[in-house]
Amino acid sequence: MIKRTPLQSAFIVVNTAVLAALALVTLYPLLYVVLASFSNPTLFAKHTGPLFWTQGFSLDAYKVVLEKPEILTGYGNTLFYVIVGTAVNMAFTISLAYVTSRPGLLLNKPIMLLIIFTMYFNGGLIPTYLLVQDLGLVDTRWAPILPTAISTFNLIILRTGFAGVPASLEEAAKIDGASPFRIMVKIIFPLAMPTIAVIILYYAVQHWNSWFQEMIYLRNDDLYPLQLFLRQILIENQQDDMVMATKTADQQALGEIIKYSTIIVSTVPILLVYPFLQKYFTKGVMIGAVKG
Amino acid sequence: MQTDFTYCPLQTAEKSVMVEVERMSEGLIACGKKIEEKEWSGMDLKTHDGSAVLAEKGKFASAMDILARDLRRNWSTYLLALPGLVFYIIFMYGPMYGVLIAFNDYTPSGGIWNSPWVGLDNFREFFGSPFFGRVFSNTIILNFLLLVFTFPAPIILALMLNEVRAMWFKKTVQTITYLPHFISMVVICGMIVDFTSNRGIITQLLNFLTGGDHGNLLSNANMFRPIYVISEVWQKIGWDSIIYLAAMAGLDMELYEAAEIDGAGKIRQLFAVTLPGIASTVVIMLILRIGSIMSLGADKVILLYNEVIYEKADIISSYIYRQGLQRSNYSLSAAVGLVNSGINCVLVFLANFFSRKFSENSLW
Repeated sequence: MIKRTPLQSAFIVVNTAVLAALALVTLYPLLYVVLASFSNPTLFAKHTGPLFWTQGFSLDAYKVVLEKPEILTGYGNTLFYVIVGTAVNMAFTISLAYVTSRPGLLLNKPIMLLIIFTMYFNGGLIPTYLLVQDLGLVDTRWAPILPTAISTFNLIILRTGFAGVPASLEEAAKIDGASPFRIMVKIIFPLAMPTIAVIILYYAVQHWNSWFQEMIYLRNDDLYPLQLFLRQILIENQQDDMVMATKTADQQALGEIIKYSTIIVSTVPILLVYPFLQKYFTKGVMIGAVKG
Repeated sequence: MQTDFTYCPLQTAEKSVMVEVERMSEGLIACGKKIEEKEWSGMDLKTHDGSAVLAEKGKFASAMDILARDLRRNWSTYLLALPGLVFYIIFMYGPMYGVLIAFNDYTPSGGIWNSPWVGLDNFREFFGSPFFGRVFSNTIILNFLLLVFTFPAPIILALMLNEVRAMWFKKTVQTITYLPHFISMVVICGMIVDFTSNRGIITQLLNFLTGGDHGNLLSNANMFRPIYVISEVWQKIGWDSIIYLAAMAGLDMELYEAAEIDGAGKIRQLFAVTLPGIASTVVIMLILRIGSIMSLGADKVILLYNEVIYEKADIISSYIYRQGLQRSNYSLSAAVGLVNSGINCVLVFLANFFSRKFSENSLW
């Protein structure tokens, strides 16, 4: 048993207290949203100060939210962008990362220069927008997918992962007459799977959260991802409410709770999946980083 | 312990990107040197020795031969790279060509080439407008505040977590502080907007503490920066501490034991062992951070600001967005974007330069 001086004991107490306070402060806003979302609108509107439990209990707001067509459309579209988008991301990123990770290809150096240069300089928002418009992608399902098909950052991580696969394995397959595509799929993929999994996650999360380019490129709200509907419900309506108070007190009260339940409905799925992903994610990064 | 270790790779990934960038810029420089040498030797050859020119031509031809052989042998591999290359050429280099509209008065019918050229007028308009000073200083100030508050916070958290011996407590604090990282920006901003509205919980708290009525906080320009920075700390403190925890977990326990035998207390150990041990990580993260100043996204600003508080809230990227996409001043906006990209390029280059300079001594 280690003996502690009073000073050390005091330090441990203070340290623990500060960390506990930090955890509480971080958690409370989320807790507040949860409690408010189950509250009775009228009681909540009358309530001032922090919430320690729900004010009354009501699921009315959840009923409204779950019946909103936007939420369903948004989830459907987001699912499309996450699945198809990530598939496109991976197809483009993997193949380029594979080729540039192979030693002995003369053109790899110029190709990498071409890629790295884009980390230093880019055309900017407007020229990109005009290009996407000229290509006829505006207001199509491809607008949130194609212009961001490769993230250079992810490409380089993946390339580093691929470079860690011993060249001797590949040589053996080559002698057996395997094509580069076959080598990539049969030899490199299984060995670099952890890194690939991590990149899949990076891309998927990026699509899930993305709203800015969707806002720019999409006009038709049948194509909107969940995040854009959330922006309408949580932010734009709020500003409208500030300008004109056209709603009755009851409607306003319910509207307030609807916001909280919308946050829960849109966030809980990702928070539920996260612990499981987290495990895979950490396991994956470990092996991918052996060669760094 | 395990969680700490498993995160190391994130850092490695970041490192590998930096190494890559560094290697490539070395390549660029080397290329430049070669071209220079060639030009000089070429001049000499022309004036003095004709036969050497022929030899040079021969070299060139054989280089082409080697390249052709490489293409013949590896064409099927190169074919795999084609989709990715096409992506880069269209979506990355296309806009670089499109940035020419910064020098003309773009009209949709005229396109990039047939709109009237106006030289540097767009730049003059921007630099001459009152917006220039406003968005520029707002960008600098916001970034400075973010650096001062959001950069040290995760380091301090990591140092504190590192002292915790009860694993369950450490894990709990970590899990809770990571949570905001997994909530989308739109939802985060939705919560901020709600909490700071007239009757929002944060407004209520502030009213209670100061005894006044602050009304809607986000319609008060002076409140924008505190709200932005504090919420940013809330969002990032946990997730950003991972990298430092990983660096600390990598420190040799023997160093601590030795320090303890020498009679160093906790505080001494902190300054003599822990801080020097993570210094390289801190410096690299700082450099990366400074390198990304100009690319501070418009996301959060656009979600949080409104006309009333533009004077403090409007930054370069949100200005570009508003001018270009809301008012269709394409050329002016592209010009501002070009200025931004230029500054960004210099910052990335400097960041890269310093990280190389620094890392030669310590990292890779």
